[in-house]
Parts: sequence; C-alpha cells; structure tokens
Amino acid sequence: MAVINFDAELKRAGADATHGWRRLTFLAQRYLLGTIGLVIMVLFVAMALSADLISRYDPLAVDSAHRLAAPNALHWFGTDSFGRDVWSRIIHGARISLAVGLGSTALGASIGVIVGLASGYLSGWVDLLFQRITDILQSLPLLVLALVMTAALGPSLPNVIIAIAIPLIPTVARVIRANTLALRELPFVEAAKSIGMSEMRIAFRHVLPNTLAPLIVLATAQLGSTILTEASLSFLGLGIPEPYPSWGRMLSESAAEYVRVAPWLVIFPGIAISLAVFGTNLFGDALRDILDPRQRG
Amino acid sequence: MTEAHPLLEVTDLVKHYPVRGGVLRRQVGTVHAVDGVSFSLAPGETLGLVGESGCGKSTVARSVLRLVEPSSGEIRLNGEAITRLSKAELRPYRRSMQIVFQDPFASLNPRMTAGDIVGEPLSVHGLASGERKQERVAELFQQVGLRPDQMKNYPHQFSGGQRQRICIARALSLGPSLIVCDEPVSALDVSIQAQVINLLIDLQRQRNFSYLFIAHDLAVVAHISHRVAVMYLGRIVEIADKAELFANPRHPYTQALLASVPVANPRIKRLTPLVEGDVPSPINPPSGCAFHTRCRYAMDRCKLERPPLVDAGARHQVACWLNEGTGRANAP
Repeated sequence: MAVINFDAELKRAGADATHGWRRLTFLAQRYLLGTIGLVIMVLFVAMALSADLISRYDPLAVDSAHRLAAPNALHWFGTDSFGRDVWSRIIHGARISLAVGLGSTALGASIGVIVGLASGYLSGWVDLLFQRITDILQSLPLLVLALVMTAALGPSLPNVIIAIAIPLIPTVARVIRANTLALRELPFVEAAKSIGMSEMRIAFRHVLPNTLAPLIVLATAQLGSTILTEASLSFLGLGIPEPYPSWGRMLSESAAEYVRVAPWLVIFPGIAISLAVFGTNLFGDALRDILDPRQRG
Repeated sequence: MTEAHPLLEVTDLVKHYPVRGGVLRRQVGTVHAVDGVSFSLAPGETLGLVGESGCGKSTVARSVLRLVEPSSGEIRLNGEAITRLSKAELRPYRRSMQIVFQDPFASLNPRMTAGDIVGEPLSVHGLASGERKQERVAELFQQVGLRPDQMKNYPHQFSGGQRQRICIARALSLGPSLIVCDEPVSALDVSIQAQVINLLIDLQRQRNFSYLFIAHDLAVVAHISHRVAVMYLGRIVEIADKAELFANPRHPYTQALLASVPVANPRIKRLTPLVEGDVPSPINPPSGCAFHTRCRYAMDRCKLERPPLVDAGARHQVACWLNEGTGRANAP
C-alpha cells in the first residue's frame, strides 16, 4: 500500500507511547545511529548559524606572519598558506555547504515533485516525454552532469546550487511518479473525481500529501550527496569561487602542495565533509526505517 | 415497462477495454467488461445489481458516474444525456449522483480529518464555507450516526463501519438524487453490515433518493432492493421486482444463484450445485448465450444465437431461450 500511516508505523516499530516526548525518547533509543546523525546535523546547523560568534578570526583575513602554523592555542586547527585561520574557515564553510546542500535539495525536490506528479497523474504523452528526459539525465553520472552545468553557467553560489539541483530532479520525479501511479487508482481519488473536483486540486490535495513521507526520506538521503558533490566541484575548481571558504576548495588548495608539511590543512576540512555527509546519511537511513517498513532489512 | 419519468436511464451501455501485448503494444484482444446493459431507475427506487466477481457490475457503477468512460451507449440522468458531456459540463450533474465504495479503508484520504473529508464536496461546489460548512458537516455526522466531535479525527481512528458512515456522509453532503453503492458492505463484519444497510434504508426513507446497489450477496440485496437485476459476463440476464425474482426465477443462472444462498437451517438438504466451474474469460466470451458453457439446460440454439432480454410478464424480463413459447415470452 502506497499510503504510509505514520502512527501505525510507529506502533509497528514498537512505540505505543502516544505522548509526544515519550515517543521521541523511544525513537531516540531505538534508532541510536539516527539520533547521532541528527545531533551531528544540528551541530553543523548551529555552527553555520553562529559562525560569526564562534569563529576567532575573520576567515578571509590574511596574516603572512603566521603562515602554515600548526594547530596551537591561538589557531585551533592551524593556518593555511596565506595565514588564514582554518577553524574560522571551516565554520564559515559550513554555511556554504549547508546553503548548497539545502538549496539544491529543495530546488531539485520541488521541481522533481512537479515533474513526477504531472508525469504520474496526467500519464499519456506528458509521461512519455518526461520519462525519456529523465532517462537521459539519469544515464549521466551526477558529478559529470554537475560539472558540465557549472562549466556552462560559470562558478557562483546560485549556479552551483542549480547545477547540483538538476541531476536530483530525475531521482525525485521517479519516486513521486511511482507513488502517484499507485495512489491515483485508490478509491479516495475516485471519490474526489465523483464530487467534481478538478484534476489539479486532486493532484495537490489528495495525491501529493500522501507521497510526502517517501519524499522526506529521499530528500534527507540526497542532502549528504549534494554536500559531497559541492565539495567535489570545489575540489575540481568549479565550485564556489575564491576567496569564500568551501570545504572542497580548502582541500584542493592544500592537497598537492602542503599535505606533507601541513597535514592539518587536509585533515580538518576532510573531517568536516565526512562528518556532515555521515550525519545526514545516518539520519536519512533512520527516517527511512521509521517511515518505510518495506525497506527494513 | 419503465416509469413515466425515470431518474436514471441506461441504454445499451458498453465498455470494452483493449488488451495490449507484444513489444509494440498492439491491441491483441478486447475485454468485454460491459456488453450492452440497459436498465432504468425510478426516483426513490433501489435497484440491486448482482453477479459473480468480474461480471461487470462495478464497471456499470463507474460508467454511470463517468468515472469510467463508456465505449458506447447512453446514460440519461433526469432525462438529460450525460454520456457526451465534457468534464466541466458534467460538474453540475455530479451533485445529483454520488458513490459509496467497497473498501472503506482506501476510500478516505488518510491525511485529511473526517470533517474535512465530508465538508470537501461543499467547498468544491461552493455550497458552504467557514462556520456554515462546519454546521452542515456536524448535521451530516449526526444523520449517519457519528458524533460531531469526531470531525477532527483522522480516518485511521475509526472502525470499518464508522469509515463507511463517513463515506455515506460524504455522498450525502451534496444532496444527491442517486447514490451508487458499489458493494458498500462486503468489506464489513456481518454484524456491522446490518447496521450500515439499515442506515442506508433509513436515509432513503427520509430523503427519497434512489440507490443503484451493487452486491454479490443476495441476502443483502434482498433486504434493500425494490428491483433486482442479475448480471452475467457483462450482460443483464434477468431483471424483475424483488419478490417476483426470488419467487419465480426464470433464468437458469438466477436459479443457480438463489440455490447457492446459505440457509440458516442445517436440516435442510442442499441440492447439488446447479452451476459448476468458473466464469469464462470476458476476453473471449462464449458465442450465443454467454451462459451456455455452464448451463444444464443448454441447447444447440444457445451456442449460436444470443437470447434477447424480453418481457416475461409481471415487470419481469429475462434473456433465455427457455422462456420462448411459454406463453409469456416475446411480449410486444
């Protein structure tokens, strides 16, 4: 059955608690990894939001007196080849990563939802057209497609977001389409037709709300991969332009030249990227387990 | 023998589904879901439509509401043909006809409250909004035996019978003159079935609308219907007033159906089953009378010619060659 009943799913998972807080603590215990993922995500968001408060230096300030300083009491994560504080840059880099991650996921998911709904609900030639375009997009690797897009659009924050969002559209559209196909045969959709509701209203009021659970799961799972794609793009020199700190660019700048003399330049951005992706993936997996019993191993 | 002004008049309704196969999705066959069904329904009347699974009962129901587009034939509501109307032109007629489905679990949107579900038709047709809508929905809840304070609950918080009551309230909200019930109680417990059937009967007494009542359970149909039509493989084989049909079934298929109704008395010896085997595939329906493959009285003629639905007296119509020459068949 395509419709996911959240309360019933919770019961099946073993949570009989109806009270909100007890339900939360139950879920936290049962899905420990998911909770760790959520905590990591919350920490990163908090870091990005309070970046100006917790960073000790201007992330763009050059200090030639302290080039390539090892981690010490003043510069917790050391400094880079221009003497910029790595800790401050990583904290500000969280803003970029989150902006790109959330922005491109939101953009890709909303376009994907519209394409998927139209494709599944209208069927016929609309479906055929959208599905063939989707096939073409899906046959190209996400990174290659994003590379071509940024190369064509030019490197800037909005362009990077668009470039990463476009390859996401087919994945979301496929999931929404499959769900829509199942839902539109259900009697409550027929009932809506029989009271004379317009197709548009049926699609948005009756079909869409019932595809939200898989959509949330998918979007969370994709969040990690968008952060990773942004890092890869920046590493390849097509991401966020200098001098704004992006984790991927911090890696690429230092990897070749300074990895022997100043390994902290590579280690800390690397840890930041891994942690962020790890956190979103853990959370996404737990969400999927809670909301979608069919995927449960 | 139809009434002077029938509420619903279905003439020669046909619904064929193409069967596609192969790489090129070419049509390789046709499912004859409904193959020339005609009947009429008077205001305030209940017509029971019975038959085995797959005989096309539900397709008839959905075609009447244009949820399925008929291949040919005509449907008249209050004398006006609605078969060729566009979706927009059809909208005002939708207020006059509503449907209650078989599965009360799938016919309510799980993400909407019961009150919103029942009130939605009112907003769609711009009949009421805000406070007035809430009052109207509360009234409807009471009429179907639900408490108005249950309006804010979600479908999964109701039992099967209560959900079916919500579906009935939704159907009632527009004040229809025809309610199509597509096996409305088959999915419910027997004890609940009686409650829902009685609710449907009470509502009809109060509001005088008509039911097209589809079921495979003859006991249920006998309880609620005024007239009963028996369908076999996409065609009506017999149609008569309830008492007449049960007392004097003329078609061998109807006789077999009636003989298969369980009797609540273990001492009564059952006759040997009159019909064996399964319904033939509607993709290649048998020639002549579609029932001849399973009929114990089948003659050569039954394999060649299809018997027409003819009057057999007493508002009784039957499609069987056996009734020819009995003196009552072939009425003008």
